[in-house]
Amino acid sequence: MAINPLAMTAYTVTNALGRGMAAALTALQGGLTGLRRCDFADAVLNAWIGRIVGLEDEPLTGEFTAFDCRNNRLARLALEQDGFRLAVDRAIARYGADRIGVFLGSSTSGIRATEIAYHERDPATGSLPTCFDYQHTHNLFSATDLTRRWLGLTGPAFTVSTACSSSAKAFAVAHRHLQTGFCDAAVVGGVDSLCLTTLYGFNALGLASTALCRPWAAGRDGLNIGEGAGFVLLERAEPGDERILLLGYGESSDAHHMTAAHPEGAGAALAMQQALARAGLAPAQVDYINLHGTATPLNDAAEDRAVLRVFGPHTPCSSTKGWTGHTLGAAGVTEAVFVALVLDQGFMPGTLNTRERDPALGAGVILDNQQYPVKTALSNSFGFGGTNCSLLFGRRNAP
Amino acid sequence: MNPILAVESVGLLAPGLTGWAASRPILTGEQPYSATPMPPPSAVLLPANERRRVTGLVKLALHVAQEAIDQAGSDPQTIHTVFASSGGDSEVLDKICMALTLPDRPVSPTHFHQSVHNTTAGYWSIATGCRQASISLSAHDGSFLAGLREAATLAWVESAPVLLIAYDAPHPFPLSERRVIVAPFGVALLLNPAPDDQRLALLRLTQTATAAATVMADPGLETLRIGNPAARSLPLLEVIAQPAGQWITLADGGNMGLCVEVTP
Repeated sequence: MAINPLAMTAYTVTNALGRGMAAALTALQGGLTGLRRCDFADAVLNAWIGRIVGLEDEPLTGEFTAFDCRNNRLARLALEQDGFRLAVDRAIARYGADRIGVFLGSSTSGIRATEIAYHERDPATGSLPTCFDYQHTHNLFSATDLTRRWLGLTGPAFTVSTACSSSAKAFAVAHRHLQTGFCDAAVVGGVDSLCLTTLYGFNALGLASTALCRPWAAGRDGLNIGEGAGFVLLERAEPGDERILLLGYGESSDAHHMTAAHPEGAGAALAMQQALARAGLAPAQVDYINLHGTATPLNDAAEDRAVLRVFGPHTPCSSTKGWTGHTLGAAGVTEAVFVALVLDQGFMPGTLNTRERDPALGAGVILDNQQYPVKTALSNSFGFGGTNCSLLFGRRNAP
Repeated sequence: MNPILAVESVGLLAPGLTGWAASRPILTGEQPYSATPMPPPSAVLLPANERRRVTGLVKLALHVAQEAIDQAGSDPQTIHTVFASSGGDSEVLDKICMALTLPDRPVSPTHFHQSVHNTTAGYWSIATGCRQASISLSAHDGSFLAGLREAATLAWVESAPVLLIAYDAPHPFPLSERRVIVAPFGVALLLNPAPDDQRLALLRLTQTATAAATVMADPGLETLRIGNPAARSLPLLEVIAQPAGQWITLADGGNMGLCVEVTP
């Protein structure tokens, strides 16, 4: 039986493409990447990254000084775009601050603050500098804590941290909390920012490309790390609702390997099938799939098998990682908001940087942007530990 | 939605609390609490090569998860999981941050993939073959409360049993100076939205705005409760152990709390 849809009342995204929805739309429609050669901090890596310019110079101050770190600066920056706070204020007036939950995804939170603190250890004692505030920067809850304080919300709140599916799963969490009456609305989203842990970590695993990432290309050789934040205000859909709706979600575990996706994409297929079942839709009713599409050889191959198994070769799909890089725990919400743009603007983004599809892969990947009145679209997010999440969005009155 | 959950079984490991059966008389006050050193957790579920690689924190979580599953005689492949931990694997994060201070920044690929918060969930699903939905979360000191609420929503929405595992352990130096966790604590609750006769207790959950959490009367257990986010579960475990019904409040100041009425 289909679930009760949730409406996306307000949404915003900030990443290497710029601040807010207009910047994202301009870059997506214009085929302009946000990726650049690695120039983050003092990293010495032959890599491309999706960095948000200027974050370095925008500290959190006043009552939020304790939260100041790159990740929380990014959260604050994103929260201030596209009138998001005004929409939350209206929701507070309607439901009360204690009836609105905050569920954000993050993979590394403010670990950059700890990296810096370790670098500045006392040479004699090994202690971290006294200005280092673990709770408000590094702890996984910090961006969620900042967000609820920034917006004045007191409902249930926690951080989902399931690697690269984190902020996609936040939508499922919100749906459950509304369905069971713990909340009447929820701010969902995700924040992940550049840090040496992920830049050097993915490099050590041999999963980072030295060139621009090329999802689904024959010679693809890895991902580019990006940073990003996105927020969505979700409320219960009303009869005749014309807003974009979360129609379904699916979550699964691979039960296969810590870093390698299941070769047949078994868990990924299960997540997509669950999302369809919860929406009460058949595969043929989905117009577009935003792939996880990190551009590592194995991940794309596994996702390809999964998409073929569930949808066959004809459903148009693409990866937008060539624009933003892989924003890790923020990828789910980033691409959910891109899907909202797709539904709103009637176009499908192509797969930037990929000029030729890998002939060994069979999903209906499109390379160039196409105009198309998309009514229903799926977004995939998968991560280390074999965690999978698929979200299905659309409009109720889709023909 | 009927806000009821049956507790089918409990897994527990902490200093002085070695398994549910041995801990129950301590929690009911029949035996005194003494913070004797915690025996090393066994992660017999994992293959030997993986067991050597994983940290003590992962073993702690897997140990209590398995105790709960074994006590209930359940098939872990059918059970959704919620893993709640404030800080996750700080031992791994410490090694990575230390490596980043060295020339050429030699981050170990193994440490990097073990650094994700859902490492424990990944090992659990691989070891049990479970493909069900799994959430790994943090809410700092409110992580157990957040995990219980999330586990409840999963159980009710899916009409299926959910295993909630809460676990945290002391951070290594120098992080230990900035985040004090006094002792390791792992707890697992197998929660079932469809109560049967085998249950340990029945929980009825309601939201509360109060910031005043129920505390432990025993000073040693109270030290543990405030000194480890997973040990915020102790007041709930105490009333689950009691034969008579009671209610307790879980709160963390700021987040919405939960009032839990516990009946046999």
